[in-house]
Amino acid sequence: MSVGIDVSLEQVLAALGLVAVAAGIAAWRQTDLERDIGIAVVRSFIQLTAIGYVIQLIFDADNLLFVFVLIAVMVAFGAYTARARARKVPGAMLPLVLGLSLAAVATLGLVVGLGIFEPEARFLVPVGGMVVGNAMTASAVALNRLGDEFEDSAARIEATLALGATSHEAALPSVRRALRSGTITLIDSTKTTGLIFFPGTMVGMLLAGADPVDAVRLQLILLYVLLGSVSISALVSVSLAYRNFFTAEHQLREPPQP
Amino acid sequence: MLFELDNVCLTRAGVRVLDQLSAQIDRGATAIVGPSGSGKSSLLRLLNRLADPDSGRIDYEGRPITDRDVLALRREVMLVPQLPALVPGTVSDNLDFAARLARRETINGPQAQQALLAAGLDASFGDRDTARLSVGEQQRAMLARALAVEPAVLLLDEPTSALDAEATARVEEALAGLRRRRDLSIVLVTHDAGQAERLADAVIRLEPAAGGSRARAAERAR
Repeated sequence: MSVGIDVSLEQVLAALGLVAVAAGIAAWRQTDLERDIGIAVVRSFIQLTAIGYVIQLIFDADNLLFVFVLIAVMVAFGAYTARARARKVPGAMLPLVLGLSLAAVATLGLVVGLGIFEPEARFLVPVGGMVVGNAMTASAVALNRLGDEFEDSAARIEATLALGATSHEAALPSVRRALRSGTITLIDSTKTTGLIFFPGTMVGMLLAGADPVDAVRLQLILLYVLLGSVSISALVSVSLAYRNFFTAEHQLREPPQP
Repeated sequence: MLFELDNVCLTRAGVRVLDQLSAQIDRGATAIVGPSGSGKSSLLRLLNRLADPDSGRIDYEGRPITDRDVLALRREVMLVPQLPALVPGTVSDNLDFAARLARRETINGPQAQQALLAAGLDASFGDRDTARLSVGEQQRAMLARALAVEPAVLLLDEPTSALDAEATARVEEALAGLRRRRDLSIVLVTHDAGQAERLADAVIRLEPAAGGSRARAAERAR
């Protein structure tokens, strides 16, 4: 696919003008977000530039082992980042790693298995990155909600345990709400796709001069695998993480001392 | 002998709540009294294993309490916490919820009515939304929910703390009636010395020790 667009570094910097307006509004309204906006801009610039070079190296080498290593690093970093949002959940790291890994493996396995993409770095790396990124967000939101649920509903959970319920039965309402929180944003955005917003892959392909029908079909495939993989990730991480709130004897563990 | 505690120590949130506590709880009704922070509720939680002690031994019916399957124990020795924590829905939904958890079967109309009446609520409460009940009514709905499971031992944590004098009298009357009609043992945590006197055959008094939050069984009355 030929890209008929040349982008200079000056143009990238000029795009920051809009961010400056956002930062100005944040300062004016005293939302205390200017620092976060600044960090987001700097980090995205450094990370995307660095990953651009890494992807270039991997594309040149065309070795699937490098793809595997890159996605493993993404999973580890994604799980580490999501864990920061799940501070109230004990032992969240392992459930997150397993959830993100399963989402990546299931998605890439499906798109390669169905013959949608060749097992080549230039396909697997961007799709893997997109899946891990979305799965990270969903799992982080779901585990964050799970932590809040166990903090706020400890009395109800313990009252249910006192009736002779298993820890699974006592946690079920909280687990359901956490899963819903983690996946509802993507479900809603999938519902409104094409009406309210155009998703990234389609926009990228259209900008690159692709046929709109091809762009739509590829976008649909990615939307569906993304929806599935994000749900898998949230389901696995929440289903494993909630157990860490209980002992083997169906007792609610004491929250860790601050 | 229903429960026997021997040198039980318990730490909660980094604080020693019970220190070398030894006590005996017979069948019938036993009240646990003592000032705030003396570990009354914590002691109750040990009796249906919502928590386990750091050290010491607890026997239930002459055998270590840990010998029993913990879920079967909780269905037999049922704790009603002080703070109402009902599931969303009607009072009947809650009774059904408890019955399904404990006995794996739904509750029928007459059983539900019996549980409501025994907790001092009339039958019309079955259709009431729990979100629209007063705290006192919720406390009684919690008691009805526990009774729907027909436990052998009822552990009650301040069951009348949110009730006015009239409602308290109704609950006390209901509890006395339960004991007369059924072979039910009750372990009751209360701040109210009069209530302990009215309802209990025996009283266990917890007293914080000089070191702060340590507590021990000090006296047994009646």
